[in-house]
Amino acid sequence: MNAFRITWLFFKVGVLNELQYRVNFVVQLFQSAIALVVGLLVLALVYSHTDELNGWSQPELLCVLGIQILMGGAIKTYIQPNMMRLIEDVRDGKLDYALTKPEDSQVLVSVREVRIWQVVDLVSGATVLAVGLSRVTTDLGALDALAFGVALLFGAVMIYCFWLLIATGAFWVVNMYHAVELFDGIFQTGRWPVGIYPGWLRYSVTFLVPIAFAVTVPAQAVTSRLQWQTLALAVVFATVLFVFARWFWRFGLRRYSGASA
Amino acid sequence: MTTLTETVPRREVGSARAWADFYLSTMRLAVQEQFQYRTANYFYMFGMIAEPVIYLVVWTTIADQQGGSVQGLSAGYFAAYYIVWTLVRNMNIVFGAPFWEYRIREGELNKDLLRPILPLHYDIAYFAGWKVVVIVLWIPLAIGLSLVFDPLLDPRLLEIAVFAVAIWGAYLIRTMFQEALGMLCFWTTRGAAIFDLWMTTELLLSGRLVPLPLMPDWVQDVSRFLPFQWAFFFPIESLVGDLSDEELLRGLGVQLLWILIGLAIFRVAWKHAIRRYSAVGG
Repeated sequence: MNAFRITWLFFKVGVLNELQYRVNFVVQLFQSAIALVVGLLVLALVYSHTDELNGWSQPELLCVLGIQILMGGAIKTYIQPNMMRLIEDVRDGKLDYALTKPEDSQVLVSVREVRIWQVVDLVSGATVLAVGLSRVTTDLGALDALAFGVALLFGAVMIYCFWLLIATGAFWVVNMYHAVELFDGIFQTGRWPVGIYPGWLRYSVTFLVPIAFAVTVPAQAVTSRLQWQTLALAVVFATVLFVFARWFWRFGLRRYSGASA
Repeated sequence: MTTLTETVPRREVGSARAWADFYLSTMRLAVQEQFQYRTANYFYMFGMIAEPVIYLVVWTTIADQQGGSVQGLSAGYFAAYYIVWTLVRNMNIVFGAPFWEYRIREGELNKDLLRPILPLHYDIAYFAGWKVVVIVLWIPLAIGLSLVFDPLLDPRLLEIAVFAVAIWGAYLIRTMFQEALGMLCFWTTRGAAIFDLWMTTELLLSGRLVPLPLMPDWVQDVSRFLPFQWAFFFPIESLVGDLSDEELLRGLGVQLLWILIGLAIFRVAWKHAIRRYSAVGG
């Protein structure tokens, strides 16, 4: 319970901090708008040459795009800023400040930062998803909606675990500067249902970098093509990944000896 | 009092040999520096291949669904296009406009202004040297991608020769326009919005997103009169496509034209910008 209290506290402070920089909201709005327009243009271009892509219609892919933007927003609001700060702190030796606090270190390093203006992507992603859903011919049942919620939540947990593993890598490889660019590049694979990728890439973006779980699986849920086995696998894999990430974090911590102190 | 003209003999400044010496030394420096960071460079290049691989898979899927080709472009063509894309994309990385903001904000420019030559020369030379490292690192990447994606590549000798020149033409076109765009930073600290807009236009009209023949006709018409495709689509197409000898050579001519236009815009902008400049930091 303490973890939630701390998360809430950091969240409040973070929001107050960010609210000072209001022009950033306009900047973010502009950038999100550009990204959205490009995404929609690409979809229009693809579907001007074909009616369906690997069994997915245009409205269905609109749902995929919406979920990818939504998930991307969540990652950039919370997960990525915290993990980048962790990587920087390891390099600068400032991680000591977090470690000396009488709280769970993993919780602390995961909740210190919040980029509130990225919420724009949450909104625009949800809007695209809603528009996509309104055009999909199949009906969205209550069970589908529930499965979607579960898949989205566990997908986010998996992305968090993946990022924590990468950031913990900073204990060994100090220069993780390009981690963000690498991840952003690979995250773009989520724009399309993983089924179109060749086997090696499909497995990579499912189990190595869990983008398929974070985007395609929720998209399968809202388009009524999700099998319960897939959802069960997502829950199991998320749990395993979480336990492993926590172990790896502690393992890495033991190696950390501070850089400045 | 020691002045610049005394320390650097007048006849050397501006002589062809001095320029060649400056460019070669700077390039050598860049090669040595960047080879030290080969892992970081590789990470960067590796992250970059996600983008073309996604495009490639999408268009290959559509081609396969439609019996092997989209508008006459085969899966093998797409593979070749997007593999060569990775090199051209890397050649397109130059001293970008946003770096001018950094250069001004951090006071780096003050130091650059003390030199007897334009910062532009240093940027061109340094990034050109870096490109040598990038090309070397690219080769194994290209081999790997070719093994996975089966490209259809059967260039003539002239096509290879034109490609070898055109990638440097692309580099110079993009350098000129990015440097010229960077001049905006002398007037505003919020150039980012304009740079984003520019990058997006570039993404759509250069052939980075898709080979231009897949674009609607009017987009192709518009992009013919803009610099973007000459820095991206043309170099790729010179190697991958079936351009005639005349088209190949004319393409190089158009590249040269855009380099000169870009340079002219930069010179004018620079003249006005530097008058406005009053150092920051130090």
